[in-house]
Amino acid sequence: MSLLIGMAALILISVLVGLVRIFRGPTGADRMLAAQLLGTGGIAILLILAFAMQMPSLLNVAMVYSLLAATAMVVFVRRHSRENKETEVITDESD
Amino acid sequence: MSPTELVGLLLIMAAIPFFWGGSLGLLRFPDVYTRLHALTKADNLGLGLVTAGSMFLAGDWMVAIKLLFIWLLVLTASTVSCFLIANAARKTNIEPWKAS
Repeated sequence: MSLLIGMAALILISVLVGLVRIFRGPTGADRMLAAQLLGTGGIAILLILAFAMQMPSLLNVAMVYSLLAATAMVVFVRRHSRENKETEVITDESD
Repeated sequence: MSPTELVGLLLIMAAIPFFWGGSLGLLRFPDVYTRLHALTKADNLGLGLVTAGSMFLAGDWMVAIKLLFIWLLVLTASTVSCFLIANAARKTNIEPWKAS
């Protein structure tokens, strides 16, 4: 199924193009969005490859990948908000 | 190639423009809030088309149901993370973009 592998490659290229956003920024949230794009695109590529290469276990990999992408997002947001709270406290003390 | 395989291949092929649209939106849109649209709408629709096409390729009910659950899991996760990111961006006082 070389056609399927070609389609997976096209999706991979689109994800790589989207990853330029990580270099451009400007905020941490933008960079995290690019990581989210990698998560969704990666799951699609894994699903296609599971059938193109006759490896059904890749479906389980895709499932774990979706959970990890969600977890990474939650960790980022928690950390982000905590750092903001700390900077707020510092500015309050300087006042 | 059987008709079901052809339908599956066509559905997966239809997903590719949505992924390209998502990447393009992520690069071209002006701020975080608009970029969220490109990711959580276009990309998840593309993933839905990929899962639908894979269901036709699977030829097995259990695998098809598993694919459906993978898609639902990704939809739920991306909805929640979209909300979390927009909320975090609003709390850090990132101004929404206005047409000037």
